Amino acid sequence: MSLAFDEYGRPFIIIREQEKKSRVKGIEAVKSNIQAAKAVSRVLRTSLGPKGMDKMLQGPDGDIVITNDGATILEQMEVENQIGKLLVELSKSQDHEIGDGTTGVTVMAGALLEQAETLLDRGIHPLRIAEGYEMACKVALKRLDEIAATFEHDADNNEELVKTCMTTLSSKIVGRHKRELAEMCVKAVLTVADLERKDVNLDLIKLDGKVGGRLEDTALVNGIVLDKDMSHPQMPKHLQDVKMAILTCPFEPPKPKTKHKVDISSVEQFESLRKQEQEYFRNMVQLCKDSGATLVVCQWGFDDEANHLLMHNDLPAVRWVGGVELELLALATGARIVPRFQELNSAKLGYAKSVKEISFGTTRDRMLLIEGMPNSRAVTIFVRGGNKMMIDETKRSLHDALCVARNLVRDNRIVYGGGAAEMSCSLAVEAAADQVPGVEQYAMRAFADALDIIPLSLAENSGLPPIESLTEVKTRQMREGNPYLGIDCNDAGTNDMRQQNVFETLMGKKQQLMLATQVCKMILKIDDVIKPSEYE
Amino acid sequence: MAIPSNFTASVLQHGATEEKGEHARLASFVGAMAIADLVKSTLGPKGMDKILQSLSRGREVTVTNDGATILKSVYVDNPAAKVLVDMSKTQDDEVGDGTTSVVVLAGELLREAEQLVAQKIHPMVIIAGFREAAEVARQRLVAIARDNKADPVAFRADLVNIAKTTLSSKILTQEKSHFAELAVDAVLRLKGSTNLDAIQIIKKPGGTIKDSFLDEGFILDKRIGVGQPKRVENAKILVANTAMDTDKIKIYGARVKVDSMSKVAEIEAAEKDKMKQKCEAIVAHGISVFVNRQLIYNFPEQLFADAGVMAIEHADFDGIERLALVTGGEITSTFDDPTNVKLGTCAVVEEMMIGEDRMIHFSGCALNEACTIVLRGASHHVLDEAERSLHDALCVLSQTVRDSRVIYGGGWAEMQMARVVDDLAAHTPGKKSLAMNAFARALRQIPTIICDNAGLDSAEIVSQLRAAHAAEPDASNAGVDVTIGGVGDMQQLGIFEAFKVKNAALLSATEAAEMILRVDDIIKAAPRQREGGMRGARRVILTPLAAVNLQAEPLVSHVPASDH
Repeated sequence: MSLAFDEYGRPFIIIREQEKKSRVKGIEAVKSNIQAAKAVSRVLRTSLGPKGMDKMLQGPDGDIVITNDGATILEQMEVENQIGKLLVELSKSQDHEIGDGTTGVTVMAGALLEQAETLLDRGIHPLRIAEGYEMACKVALKRLDEIAATFEHDADNNEELVKTCMTTLSSKIVGRHKRELAEMCVKAVLTVADLERKDVNLDLIKLDGKVGGRLEDTALVNGIVLDKDMSHPQMPKHLQDVKMAILTCPFEPPKPKTKHKVDISSVEQFESLRKQEQEYFRNMVQLCKDSGATLVVCQWGFDDEANHLLMHNDLPAVRWVGGVELELLALATGARIVPRFQELNSAKLGYAKSVKEISFGTTRDRMLLIEGMPNSRAVTIFVRGGNKMMIDETKRSLHDALCVARNLVRDNRIVYGGGAAEMSCSLAVEAAADQVPGVEQYAMRAFADALDIIPLSLAENSGLPPIESLTEVKTRQMREGNPYLGIDCNDAGTNDMRQQNVFETLMGKKQQLMLATQVCKMILKIDDVIKPSEYE
Repeated sequence: MAIPSNFTASVLQHGATEEKGEHARLASFVGAMAIADLVKSTLGPKGMDKILQSLSRGREVTVTNDGATILKSVYVDNPAAKVLVDMSKTQDDEVGDGTTSVVVLAGELLREAEQLVAQKIHPMVIIAGFREAAEVARQRLVAIARDNKADPVAFRADLVNIAKTTLSSKILTQEKSHFAELAVDAVLRLKGSTNLDAIQIIKKPGGTIKDSFLDEGFILDKRIGVGQPKRVENAKILVANTAMDTDKIKIYGARVKVDSMSKVAEIEAAEKDKMKQKCEAIVAHGISVFVNRQLIYNFPEQLFADAGVMAIEHADFDGIERLALVTGGEITSTFDDPTNVKLGTCAVVEEMMIGEDRMIHFSGCALNEACTIVLRGASHHVLDEAERSLHDALCVLSQTVRDSRVIYGGGWAEMQMARVVDDLAAHTPGKKSLAMNAFARALRQIPTIICDNAGLDSAEIVSQLRAAHAAEPDASNAGVDVTIGGVGDMQQLGIFEAFKVKNAALLSATEAAEMILRVDDIIKAAPRQREGGMRGARRVILTPLAAVNLQAEPLVSHVPASDH
């Protein structure tokens, strides 16, 4: 450890309790960081592509997640290493921004760092490597723009959208059912999409699941499914032409927020208070009834008496509905969320064609299905499956597919998958490298090599000889000038990704490259790691 | 780049472990097979029971044959095993029966898959084969299912047969025809609804299993208040959920503040008066029976007695809902509008004795869907197991009423499916066909295990079965007949199963096997530190329940193999 001394020869304390901290410096630090990042990306490498494998993650409480989704794996892995966490963040930001390609981006970052390691051994300064990567990334992005294809779609012709969603779903466990699910996703996205503004609010699509049934029973509901039942067991289970009042005040006696006491000092007061209380309940129910509502949806609970009064007045009610669902419901039915009974009037009611209670299986699981709302933009995808893990994984897969469809609505340019885009970029970067004087040239070549990792892993996971398939396709791309050739993972007999219909969004691919390069640059710039040593 | 294989561990949190590739696959195969082996010996009419002993203070003991119950109680550490446990729970929730066979089938599929993986076949190829095989198997299942919905007599016979088949592997097997009739009667009363709430099961130790009976009315395990009529005919019943102890003022922050004793007395009198008014309001409904979910204190009880009303307190929530359903009344909480309250009615409400206990019996109810099954038996363990068995049967029957397709049991369906899968394998070029063959073998394991559990020569019988099915693919009714120890005609023997159960078992077993096969990496987080260790966890002791079975089953404790 380096020690500094002041002019009297006393040692400065630069870091408090220095001896208790471990510290790595210089190239050493960069290398150990690279090792950690590689370890994380290595876990994900086998999940890439349609034949990628799943990971089983056991949480601290023994709960199990089986997934193929990069972001989920990393999140559940509980990575402790700081650099590892950077990669976790990386896949998360890809997930938030694009929603798909979370595995790819991590694998890419790992490959870039792996290449950087060999360059470091040759004595190239980390920052020069980072700069070279940056230049290469620019070239690659330009190439992506060149090879991108656009396709037109509208509400009637959504075949291309479906195909792109299918590409996303094919790597998941739901692959066997991908066509139907992809159609469902596209339909859901197009229902809620604002084609004018080219924007999709994914909040309007609710993913809900219930264990049981088969994956094939998964359905797109043009409405909302609430995991609740009627507040009183004898309320009607099926309502038609519902006028809905949405309340955020409980059916309970008032409870002012100020601390207060009501003192009872005489019999009369006792009597009057009791009357008031009963009056209060009657009033509440009467106000609801007067507004013309035929269904009350409330965020809070009901007092027994109020509950019975509601039932007595033929006013079905649902209690304890969560805030998010309440908003969704308000949005879809056109109702206003009313915070006080006094403010309830007929103009603030929402409308739904039908509300019914459905039950599942032999256990007493009931849900409310609300359909036929004027603002029918809210949809629910209701997932069924053999067990909870299956449902969770299906939901994650559908989320990815929904994101892809949304991205295509936003920006309808695509690139071809199966590693075709990466190989094409790799060729372009390599060609550009020769034009660059200086050390950066090496870094650019390394970038080109790193790009090959995606087709390489795809081939490896599909059980093809990796290097042979890669070189074969790459030379064909070069010779034929055809950027649509990729790895034939599905054994379809052709390398032309246009025929196999393997698409990815341009936006997603670009984001992947940019994010991976950025993280790489960040890791390469660290030359000192100070952390408290692990054990006292 | 030589990275040690456990390098990832250093990136993970302290205590977390990672297993990769072959190791991971091995760990999940072993775990899943251990779980399947655990319940395997309970399969079929001659299956054995398990004793589950709780590690918690009571050391309570459960004796059961029900796959879902066994698996629910076992503390499993292996993640793949947990997938199977979860699956059997789902099967229980969804169709109620077949919880053992679904786990066994998934375990056999994985056992076959393990051998294929050892032959260097990629798991994805196996999955592709399994998927196609499951599809043709399902098509076959649909094709061979029979539907007797149109003919009520034949349909009822089907139901009785299904119930008998389900019960034959359980503790109730001695009295299976008695219970099968009981269950079918109960379910047919529901008229197509799958809401089993209306069927109430009351367990009373004492007597023998044979003394169990179905009662057309509704039985409430409660007492009638003191001094009130013990028998009411043409009862008008008010079902309520209201406080009958002290009726508090619900306005928040209300409290009594007085300056003299006399005021306290006045207020107490007012409170009493309030309760009296409430009771009067209730009596004003013109009722003869009052049932409340909450307690009824002495004072109101006395008032009811004076009015000649039978008052029953503290019926639990389920009881209240059921009673309201049965009598057709509404659950009330306010009593100011007597004319508009729907009262429940029934012909007779009386106190009855079952064994030593007094209960309240409602008969001749308005809504005739409900009924009560009173189970009698030697001990709590017997009753618990009887209830589970009956629950299975009721679930299956109620599902069958909805989807009336039935198939033959005794391994018949599995043999039929195995035949078409083998056929598909013969016509499929490529490695997938190996996986299909494996699928067929796994299906054939079900009759094999049934035979093994019954101490029969499984290889002989299953091969005979196969020949019988190959000879007449569409007409054969051959299945395992454990009573004669050979091949029998399932139609004559009346061994039927519900289509829905088989279908669900096939699909979820395939799904689970696929899920486990796809895993190539297991990352375990460090277990959360808990005080007191595994509280409430259960230990499994495998012992033969009684000398019912002649076969010498190896009595090894299968502890789910924790990896390494």
